[in-house]
Amino acid sequence: MIHKYSLNGYNIVLDVNSGAVHVMEELPFRMLDYLKDSVPEIPPQELLEELCPVYGRGEVEENYADLHQLYQSGMLFSSDEYEKFADMMVAAPVKAMCLNVAHDCNLRCEYCFAAKGDFGCGRMLMPFEVGKKAIDFLIQKSAGRHNLEVDFFGGEPLMNFDVVKQIVEYARSQEKEHNKNFRFTITTNGILLTDDKIDFINREMSNVVLSIDGRKEVNDRLRVRVDGTGSYDKIVPAYQKLVAARSKEKDYYARGTFTKYNLDFTNDVLHMADLGFDQLSIEPVVSDEKLDYSIKEADLPAVFEEYERLAKVLIDRKKEKKGINFFHFAIDLNQGPCAIKRLRGCGCGNEYVAVTPQGDIFPCHQFVGDDQWKMGSVLDGTFDTEKKKYFAKANVYSKEECKNCWAKFYCSGGCNANNWQYEGDVLKSHKNSCELEQKRLECAIMMKAALAEEESE
Amino acid sequence: MKQIKTLNKNLKESAVKGGCGECQASCQTVANQKCNNR
Repeated sequence: MIHKYSLNGYNIVLDVNSGAVHVMEELPFRMLDYLKDSVPEIPPQELLEELCPVYGRGEVEENYADLHQLYQSGMLFSSDEYEKFADMMVAAPVKAMCLNVAHDCNLRCEYCFAAKGDFGCGRMLMPFEVGKKAIDFLIQKSAGRHNLEVDFFGGEPLMNFDVVKQIVEYARSQEKEHNKNFRFTITTNGILLTDDKIDFINREMSNVVLSIDGRKEVNDRLRVRVDGTGSYDKIVPAYQKLVAARSKEKDYYARGTFTKYNLDFTNDVLHMADLGFDQLSIEPVVSDEKLDYSIKEADLPAVFEEYERLAKVLIDRKKEKKGINFFHFAIDLNQGPCAIKRLRGCGCGNEYVAVTPQGDIFPCHQFVGDDQWKMGSVLDGTFDTEKKKYFAKANVYSKEECKNCWAKFYCSGGCNANNWQYEGDVLKSHKNSCELEQKRLECAIMMKAALAEEESE
Repeated sequence: MKQIKTLNKNLKESAVKGGCGECQASCQTVANQKCNNR
C-alpha cells in the first residue's frame, strides 16, 4: 500500500509497510497512478501510451526503472507482514498509570471531558494511602519492565500537591529494591503554581503539561474560574517562570484546545511562541456535535486549511532559526518506535491504566466515571484480566477502518475512549478524529520534505 | 536529473527486533516516540 499526495509544491509518496518516504517530480508521481500494488519489470502498455508522448520515451523508461528499483528494494508497494505480530501483546505487563489525584478543579472549562473536574463522581482528593497502593500495584503488575510512568492528573493535581510529593517520595524509595525507574509527569492549569511547586516539578517531573489555549480572549472565553473570570493573567507569568527555570533536558508542553471559536488557531500557536514557549500543542476539541463550540464534519475543510497554514508558518520559522516543536507535527521518519508498539498504540487498558481517588482502576483517564469499564481496585488488588485482554486485542488489525488505512503505523488505531464515546464501539474509529490525524500526518511529512530540501541546498 | 528523492532509511526489521515495551507511554505520540538492540 502506498499513500500519494501533493502539498505545498511537494509530491510525496509514503510506502506504508516499509515506512519509506519519497519526494517525486511530476513524471514518476504520475506513473504511480498506473500501478496498483507492484512495479512489474515491463511497464503497463497504458502508461507508455499516455506518458511517452508527453515526457518522451527515454525519460519514461528511466523513471520507470527507478520505480522498479525501489519496488525491488522493498521501499515501494512493500507487503504487509505485521498482522502475525498483533497477538504478541496480550500478556503485556502494566507499565504506565494515570493517577487522578484530584477529582476537583479550580477552573470550570466549558469543554472539560472530566465534567469540569469531578468526572461526574463527586469532588474528592486522593488520600496518600490510595496513591501508595497504586504504586505497589504498578510495581507488581509491571513484571520485568524497568521503565515505569506515573502521570499526575485530575481535575487539578496541584489541589492535592502534598500527596503528589508523598507519592513521588514513596515511588523513589521503591526503585532500587524492585529495579524500577519511575518517570513522572504532571498536568496543571497553573492557577496554584508557586515557586516551591515550580522547584519540585522541575526537579521531579520528566514532563509537565501547562494548559493554556493561546490568545487571552481565546483562553478566557472557555478556561474560566468558578466565578466566571478568565485565567490567562494568572497563569502566563507562572508558566514563563517555570519554563525559564526548567532544564532543557526535560520535556514540557504548553498545551491548548481549539474549538469552533478559534479555527484560526495558528494565531494561538504564534501567540504562545511570542510568550516564550517553544514546545507547543493545540488540539481539536472532541465533543458532542450539539455543543456550540464543537468541531463538526462541516468544519473540517477549514481546519485542514489552517493546519496547512500552520505547517508553512513553522517551516519559515525553522528556516529563521526560531523553530517550534509542535506536538502533532513531530514525526520521526528514520526510526521511531518499533512496529510492535505501532500496532498497539497507547496501550490503554492493557499496558496503561488510570486510578481514581477511591482506588478504582479504569482503562485510561478518558474512561473514568463510566462504571461499565471499571477494571478493579488497587485497594483489594482486583484486576479484570478479561477486560485487559479485550484492550490488548484492540490494535490496527482488529479495527476495520484501520486495517487498510495508510496512517495506521503513525496513528496506531486512534483513541479507544473517543471511539467508545462517539461511535459506541472501542473498535470503531471516530471518523472526524481519523481525518484530522491523516491531515496532520500529511503536513508533518511535508515539513520533513521541505526542511530536507533546505538542508541539501 | 534524479526525479525521486527518498527522505529516510526499518519498520520490518523493527517487528523482529522490537517489542521490548520499555518505551514511554504515548497518547494522541507514536509518530514521534523515542525507542531498545535496534
